[in-house]
Amino acid sequence: MRTRLTVATGIAVVTAVLAATASGCGSGSGGSGKTIKVVYQKQLNSSNTVQPDFLAGQVKVFEKANPGTTVKLVPVTASENDYYTKIQLMMRSPVTAPDLVYEDTATINSDVASGYLKPLDGYLSTWKDWGQYAAASKAAMKYAEDGKTYGVPDNTDTRGIWYNKTLFEKAGIAVPWQPKTWADVLTAARAVKAKVPGVTPMNLYTGTAGGEQSSMQGFEMLLYGTAAGGSSLYDAAQKKWVVGSTGFKDALDFLHTVYSEGLGPKVQTALGVNIGAQVGTEMIPQGKLAIDIDGSWMPNNWIRTGPKPWPQWQTTMGEAAMPTQDGQGKGKVSMSGGWAWSIPAKAKNADLAWKFLQSLETETASAQWNNVNATIPVRQDVAADPKYLKALPTNAFFSGLVAATYYRPGVPAYTQVSSAIQKAMESVTTGQASVDKAASTFDNDVRSAVGADHTVQGAQ
Amino acid sequence: MSSSAATAAGRKGARGGADRTPLPTWLAGLLRGLPVLPSVVLLAVFLAGPIGYCVYYAFTDMQLTGSSGTHFTGLHNFSRAFGDPDFTNAVELTLMFVVGSAVVGQNTLGLALAVLMEKASKPVRSLTSAVVISAWVLPEVVAGYLMYAFFYQQGSLNAILRFLHLPQQNWLYTLPILAVCIANMWRGTAFSMLVYSAALGDVPRELVEAAEVDGASAWQRLWRVTLPVIRRSILTNLMLITLQTLSVFGLIYTMTRGGPGNKTETLPIFMYQQAFQNSLIGYGTAIALVLLVVGALFSVVYIRMLKVEEG
Repeated sequence: MRTRLTVATGIAVVTAVLAATASGCGSGSGGSGKTIKVVYQKQLNSSNTVQPDFLAGQVKVFEKANPGTTVKLVPVTASENDYYTKIQLMMRSPVTAPDLVYEDTATINSDVASGYLKPLDGYLSTWKDWGQYAAASKAAMKYAEDGKTYGVPDNTDTRGIWYNKTLFEKAGIAVPWQPKTWADVLTAARAVKAKVPGVTPMNLYTGTAGGEQSSMQGFEMLLYGTAAGGSSLYDAAQKKWVVGSTGFKDALDFLHTVYSEGLGPKVQTALGVNIGAQVGTEMIPQGKLAIDIDGSWMPNNWIRTGPKPWPQWQTTMGEAAMPTQDGQGKGKVSMSGGWAWSIPAKAKNADLAWKFLQSLETETASAQWNNVNATIPVRQDVAADPKYLKALPTNAFFSGLVAATYYRPGVPAYTQVSSAIQKAMESVTTGQASVDKAASTFDNDVRSAVGADHTVQGAQ
Repeated sequence: MSSSAATAAGRKGARGGADRTPLPTWLAGLLRGLPVLPSVVLLAVFLAGPIGYCVYYAFTDMQLTGSSGTHFTGLHNFSRAFGDPDFTNAVELTLMFVVGSAVVGQNTLGLALAVLMEKASKPVRSLTSAVVISAWVLPEVVAGYLMYAFFYQQGSLNAILRFLHLPQQNWLYTLPILAVCIANMWRGTAFSMLVYSAALGDVPRELVEAAEVDGASAWQRLWRVTLPVIRRSILTNLMLITLQTLSVFGLIYTMTRGGPGNKTETLPIFMYQQAFQNSLIGYGTAIALVLLVVGALFSVVYIRMLKVEEG
């Protein structure tokens, strides 16, 4: 009797447990028939709610126009690197995959290679607005291997130098200022250091905590301005990564000069996770930073709806193009990236996600987004709109840099190479490694990431 | 349950249970094992399964992004690790961290506190244990953040030093591994203290008194009487704190993220960065296996020492 009771209990328990685990797998999933889950990055700087506010408004409009549908916004509060890790883990499983995801265009290729994203060609062929998108931004969404398009970009950007005119006058530097070479930038920074105490002369993003911000604003703005120009990091013709180049060492050497001479922020501040927010919302508005190599979007920190409203920015801040190393070539250099919306391969409700994406990307919505976010439009109709050009006094200047801009290599291995760049920068910034040592470590890292046969010796 | 079952079986036997055919031995054994079946299933599904998967991943080139296929690559991840200067650095730092903050730091500090508290008056004892244990019950991330606030350049440590007109330190930048060691000591000492307090309570009073009568100094009594008596507790404690410290992640990550550069990149942090920041899941898992082996080696040493004790 007792034995049988035990058996019965045992079986009951096992069944209950298995039932519980089985049902547990079904919960917590993304969209159902009428619901979609939209994932985007919420800035660590909690006062920056530009995107959450914009999206919330768009969701209201969409849900009103499509009764019975629900759009769940899922903000992921994380640093840039952690954000990618998180969405990649989400996209791995159909249980957790969102229906729409917002990504930096540099990571799209790598996620396509992993099979995380859905090609959008079927949708795009019937969407007349696609014709409005700039060719360069469309090209960045195409995956080289299969020629399909995997995202809809919603902004692009350029990078240049922001400088504080008031501090420049104190340091005795003539304004407007346009450096012709790297040496001019350093000269100005040294003048500020000598004449304006208590001020950080310049900011150059560096280190692993900053993620792509360090690679792009900090390093590639220098590297792409060296003699090899557009093929200083990746030789597109040979499809090989460049190692051992003098240009790479020169860029690291510039970084070394900035931090070893005390021209940059304190090293531990520079290597902190929050440096981006500190520069935009504290150092610049408080007049504590004279030169900042940064993006066209900076004013979104200072506009009325931004995290740190600062109306005086228009009279205080000047903009200059980043010069090439010795003024060669076009004499100026910029990097462009941008972000895009993609539909994960394992999305449950791709059709509704596409519908929502269309409503996000109408001309009106795009114009609104580019204005509140202070980014450069990818739609020609928005770019030509006088309202946009007048919205911010700097829009025309930064749109003009598109003529001298470079895009990051659109190949999957870029993310790993970018990590290796950040590592090299960090070791030079802290003084842990010499420029030569850091450069050779980078070469080894790249070789082990992409294979030695996919690398090529750069110009000596 | 077991005792009542036994009596029930006994009663059945007394009334002549022979009229029922006994179950075959294998079936009886199986039925007796049935009650543990649910937990075996649970362990298999939630513990053994993932561990098996992990061991398999360590021998593949699995990536979080950048390649869709996962291929078996044999020992490639391990040979890569042993040729990677960052990995060597991580192993060195891990050993430093374990020896410095656990074997030496937590262990001796815990013992010292336990010995001193034995002699202390009750209010002092309560106050001390309350303070020490409160550091231990804090969640790891909270403790890490507190310690960050303490060591940070504009943090409380420097505020105190400024007040005392002493030179200020920037430990998180110049000596970060020392800072995380101290943080881990601060957090983990309570555990050792509790273990040793319990062990010291078991030391026969007459032994200590006899030694005192024989003219042994307090130091000699501790060294020659007390410690040999509690040596099993010492070894057990060492093993537990070593394994705990080997896997410390949150504390270091909150304080320094493994930086500056790679000055506090212990194995768990290194593993996380390779697996989740560089997307190399396979390589990261291989490092995790190495960490497991390091832990196993430590355990084997301690267990052998315990065995020698018994032998």
